[in-house]
Amino acid sequence: MRKLPLDKRLRSFDEVALGYDLKEATLEAQRCLQCKDPPCVKACPLHVNIPKFIKLLREGKLKEAANVILEQNPFPSICGRVCPQEELCQSACALSKIGEPVAIGRLERFIGDYILENNITLPKKTVSGNKLKIAIVGSGPAGLSAAYFLSMHSCEVTVFEALHEFGGVLVYGIPNFRLPKEIVYKEIERLKASGVKFVKNVIVGKTVTVKEILEFYDAVFIGTGAGLPNILNIPGTNLCEVYSANEFLIRINLMRAYKFPNYDTPIKVGRKVIVIGGGNVAMDVARCARRLGADVTIVYRRTEKEMPARREEIENAKEEGVKFKFLASPVRIIGENGHVKGVEFIRMKLGEPDESGRRRPIPIPGSEFVMECDTVVFAIGQSPNPLIPNTTPEIKTNQWGCIIIDKNNMTTMPRVFAGGDIVSGAATVVEAVADGKKAAFSMMKLLGK
Amino acid sequence: MYEILEIKEIAKETYMAKVKAPLIAKKFKPGHFVIVRVHEKGERIPLTIVKADKREGNITLIFKVVGKTTLMLSRMSCGDSLADIVGPLGNPSEIDKFGNVICIGGGVGIAPIYPIVKALKNAGNYVITIIGARSSDYLFLEKELSEISDELYIATDDGSKGFKGFVTDVLKSILEKRGDQINRVIVIGPTIMMKIAAEITRPLKIKTIASLNPIMVDGTGMCGACRVKVAGEIKFACVHGPEFDAHEVDFDELINRLNMYKELEYQALEKYLGEKSEK
Ligand SMILES: Cc1cc2nc3c(=O)[nH]c(=O)nc-3n(C[C@H](O)[C@H](O)[C@H](O)COP(=O)(O)OP(=O)(O)OC[C@H]3O[C@@H](n4cnc5c(N)ncnc54)[C@H](O)[C@@H]3O)c2cc1C
Ligand code: FES
Repeated sequence: MRKLPLDKRLRSFDEVALGYDLKEATLEAQRCLQCKDPPCVKACPLHVNIPKFIKLLREGKLKEAANVILEQNPFPSICGRVCPQEELCQSACALSKIGEPVAIGRLERFIGDYILENNITLPKKTVSGNKLKIAIVGSGPAGLSAAYFLSMHSCEVTVFEALHEFGGVLVYGIPNFRLPKEIVYKEIERLKASGVKFVKNVIVGKTVTVKEILEFYDAVFIGTGAGLPNILNIPGTNLCEVYSANEFLIRINLMRAYKFPNYDTPIKVGRKVIVIGGGNVAMDVARCARRLGADVTIVYRRTEKEMPARREEIENAKEEGVKFKFLASPVRIIGENGHVKGVEFIRMKLGEPDESGRRRPIPIPGSEFVMECDTVVFAIGQSPNPLIPNTTPEIKTNQWGCIIIDKNNMTTMPRVFAGGDIVSGAATVVEAVADGKKAAFSMMKLLGK
Repeated sequence: MYEILEIKEIAKETYMAKVKAPLIAKKFKPGHFVIVRVHEKGERIPLTIVKADKREGNITLIFKVVGKTTLMLSRMSCGDSLADIVGPLGNPSEIDKFGNVICIGGGVGIAPIYPIVKALKNAGNYVITIIGARSSDYLFLEKELSEISDELYIATDDGSKGFKGFVTDVLKSILEKRGDQINRVIVIGPTIMMKIAAEITRPLKIKTIASLNPIMVDGTGMCGACRVKVAGEIKFACVHGPEFDAHEVDFDELINRLNMYKELEYQALEKYLGEKSEK
């Protein structure tokens, strides 16, 4: 697939992956074997009928292909860009056994963009009986997906969001160069056009409580995500220029700090940035910092092989000049007059595999070393947002703070459902969409009158 | 949305704005704050709620002009709307019958101390209020506070009104005479002032509460910009606070973090003033 030239990438936040044109998409679509019992469909959390849409695409029936996707996945333009396809549909693709799998994600994105350009929507399903009135809390992919499927079945849906923009991680976390904000805005506009109401600046638990919402709605869906940043409490953690990944990305993406002073929110990046972590979030932070002109090193406590980030993102980061240092863990952040001067690390070696199956990093005594830098960003994970459980004792959580649900995605509080990262802990966009969809159908099944 | 119903200058560089926000007004308790975004390209800043009218559905904010955002806000008029306002945020102040309580408001900290004084008084406490500012021009809410406080002391740096010196000097002299009768001290104002107040009350072991004012972004616990160290632990002021036991707060760290964007804030202000004068 074509990418933005490197020199442009380092000077802007424009999208890097340029996507297929019709000719390229058709050519790629030809490669699909049209398996009888397609493994890719099973591997897709949304069970999109992949061979069917690919067949229609190569026959030039784009609108029909769009309809096939929209039955199962409301947001192909988003999933096509950010899903880890190499672990899902594409890893199951029959062709992957002998070579390159079909680039399902890129084809999905192609149709997704076609849907947005041509504003293709499925007709609403007619339902008998009373219309359900549902409140959705949180406008991330889980909430938006629930809103889509409920509205599709003629429910009256209102989305409440704490922030001043809708989209959750899609707008505050994932940078523009991976998922342009326009795409998210357009998807939200489509939901508005289908009748979904959106209310910003409402923090459920604070501005209104879950109980108060239940007085006016038949049910509530909670999709409040895993937005609580983890921060290491090591010496120097509270120096200036030490950020959580969330703060760094919120400033840049939600608040547009990369356009300071045209936008009012500042960010301090400095010449040398150290990003601690090895996941997709660390890659996003590093690539943002590169675009703001810094020399960036990602420091991870295991080796490249164990890094949880997507291959494609690691490659993109490397192309953009992000450096990597493996087998090191921070011990303290060194400051001078309150400002960051460097980080002291300790070298690690890999021991036996732990619960996650990855080999556990073990510190090597006496191997401390210092790396100079002006800014440190912790990208070491996020935990479930505790705001609603803290203010709604009826909603029970497990030991990690995840909301407990039954097989219908219902919480321990009647008429309250949940899904996405608040239930699973930090996971993926497509799983959140799948959860929102499942909860929507459960709500209609259990409460439909 | 978020219409400004009233806005006026109440002291030098200090403004009062009454804003329509029915849901927030309904939930308001003393100690709560809101996050405000003035315009579409604006930053998110925390402002304490001074007063709320549940029936009319509005809240009153008081702010001092310190940078671009507050300057723009001060230049808005009745009928204008804020881009965003969200809340109420933070934990409400602990209000109980403590006995004799000293409430200290320094500078624009006079604003948030007002609802706390009121609530403490209603809860049956004997409330001694100390307010202070650079000079008498910067003082406000004196009349309101004198009506609800059992005793009110005023301090100004230049002696233009009340005692010449700092609010912490007044605190010290009260504690010298009646320290054993004071059950609690609540202090809101510049961080250095809160730090000094904490040092004065520490040897007397008087429970002292400070309301911290770190830099915030979301105000809901998602970013960690507002983190402070309290008793050696990292706390997010927006969700765990903003009030903490002043004897456990690492004030030096907070002072340092508050200065983090000084130059950039100045740059934003300069640019704004430059654009204004071109027009
Ligand atoms: C930087 C970053 C990059 C990522 N990259 C990828 C990727 O490439 N591919 C992928 O599949 N996944 C990725 N993920 C993970 C993915 O974004 C999440 O799994 C997904 O967004 C979870 O969706 P959600 O709807 O559960 O929650 P979120 O997207 O977190 O949305 C929750 C929303 O609820 C709001 N909210 C919270 N509390 C309240 C309340 N009390 N009242 C009202 N609203 C509230 C929040 O403000 C937020 O808008 C990434 C995550 C991050 C942080
Ligand atoms: S302001 Fe973001 S966590 Fe407190």
